[in-house]
Amino acid sequence: MRRKGYWVFLVPGVLASVLVIVVPLVMTVWTSFTKWNGVGEQRWIGFDNYTRLFEDSLFWGSFSNILLLILAMAVVPTLLGLFLAAVLFDYVAKKFSNRWASLFRSGFYLPQIIPVAVTGILWGWILHPDYGALNRILDSVGLGGLAHNWLGEPGSALYSVMGIMIWVQLGYPIVMFMAGLQRVDPELYEAADLDGASWWQRFRKITVYLIRPEFYVVLVTTTISALKIFGPIFVLTGGGPSNATLVPSYFAYKNFFEKAQVGYGSAISTVLTVLIIVLSFVFLRLQNRSVSR
Amino acid sequence: MTLTANRAPAEPAAEVRAAKRSNPLRFVILAALLALLLIVIAPLLIIAINAVKSPADYAGGGPLSLPTHLYWDGIVDFWNRVSFGQKLWNSFVTSFVVAVLGVVLSVLNAYALGIGKVKGRLWFLVFFLVANLLPQEVLVYPLYFLSKEVHLYDSLISIVIIFTVIQAAFGTYLLTSVYQEFPTELLDAADVDGAGKVRTLWSVVVPVSRPTLGVLFTFFFIWTWNEFFLPLVFLVSNDNQTVPVALGVLQGDRLMDATMTSASGLIGILPALIFFLVFQRTLTRGITAGAIK
Repeated sequence: MRRKGYWVFLVPGVLASVLVIVVPLVMTVWTSFTKWNGVGEQRWIGFDNYTRLFEDSLFWGSFSNILLLILAMAVVPTLLGLFLAAVLFDYVAKKFSNRWASLFRSGFYLPQIIPVAVTGILWGWILHPDYGALNRILDSVGLGGLAHNWLGEPGSALYSVMGIMIWVQLGYPIVMFMAGLQRVDPELYEAADLDGASWWQRFRKITVYLIRPEFYVVLVTTTISALKIFGPIFVLTGGGPSNATLVPSYFAYKNFFEKAQVGYGSAISTVLTVLIIVLSFVFLRLQNRSVSR
Repeated sequence: MTLTANRAPAEPAAEVRAAKRSNPLRFVILAALLALLLIVIAPLLIIAINAVKSPADYAGGGPLSLPTHLYWDGIVDFWNRVSFGQKLWNSFVTSFVVAVLGVVLSVLNAYALGIGKVKGRLWFLVFFLVANLLPQEVLVYPLYFLSKEVHLYDSLISIVIIFTVIQAAFGTYLLTSVYQEFPTELLDAADVDGAGKVRTLWSVVVPVSRPTLGVLFTFFFIWTWNEFFLPLVFLVSNDNQTVPVALGVLQGDRLMDATMTSASGLIGILPALIFFLVFQRTLTRGITAGAIK
């Protein structure tokens, strides 16, 4: 009886979502089948943008860059974060104090709160070839030979961006995993202690096993944010040098607003969207299966 | 700890050896963690010491020396050059309005879906989930085009509308799962008192779920504050820029010297740091709330 008449409350939300999400989404998908420079006439060309896309080495290049960025933004931070969270929760908090553990947690989380534009300024400045701090440090310890134009050379730009992204991401898994570990019954650890299990055994058999839900959530969300990455690339390298750090979202942006190839840009972003949605649903399935097992 | 004490008499030799070994080990681990923490926060420290250094001081001592005296001109110059006060105000107003409207919209949606259990609510939830996953690149061009049509391009209003909807998609998803567990007794009591749907929402549901709404508000505020891509596209004129956009487009500006660049980094970090300290408790609670799906 209480179930009736609630749809009224959904009206503003649905109307606004249609306006801001559904209509633009449909327009982009439709535009991906046309040739359009954004002002003139829009001409239907069928799948031409897509066939062009799959022959475009820049497009494939942007996706292989994304694979490396998934490594730097999702895989490495998740694994490293899991280990650090376990050390903080199961070692530092017990052998020292909770205060130490939460101090470390806040410190590692700090890069997460910095706006992306500031991350760009920060690292652009530290890695600057002329006045950057890193080259100065290398110089002063006698390793001047290693000095580099870190973000400006095709050979090192992507690796530099990867290093920066590990720095940005690390805090998120640590916070999530430490929160997840609060659920773990301390008696489990005590029982393992009694059985003479080593720290490493407890880590593998208890910690890793019990925080699978958080593990999946972190892996999915970080992978998706790696696929969507735009800001850091824009402020750090602009996709360069010579497309060494090009990513799909930046590739789409360039086609939209620099080259006025709106149809082609729409095709790129449509492919990216399909990829993200498929991947998320696969992940969700895996997660549900593993948690209910 | 008591467990080890109990076990001690059984194998005293091993225990003594373990105690001797574990003491240095404790501090090795702590030192390793401290070193890692130092690496993580070093970029922030470097920015901070160089932001208050005069160009001459910097030229003499390099990026790593402590400033000989505090020099505020870099910060002041930068502040005036980009009229930073205006940017702060733009960011604050947009983030605040988005956070308020986003929470309102999320509450309305979640009330209909979680408590009203309207027909087809699973499909609505899938819709909001997908809306959440979409990369902004797939929406950007039509939004850009449409906002020009209705003369909202280069206006904070367009950014407010777009982000209210995008944030509310996440809020709806999260809040619906919270409202599904809403205590029925409270709703029944409101029914008995003859409260209508609007009154029940306003005087029962909202007050009871206030902590969750606080977390959502905090998230929406900080996320909107840090948004970069859409504001970059939409806010082209100087007077309308938000803090991240203003800082992002200055990257690579040849007029910026090393100390002024770090000054700009520092004043970009400060607001984020203040929010972090203010909202820290809500945030750590909220990050965990997001994990429970």
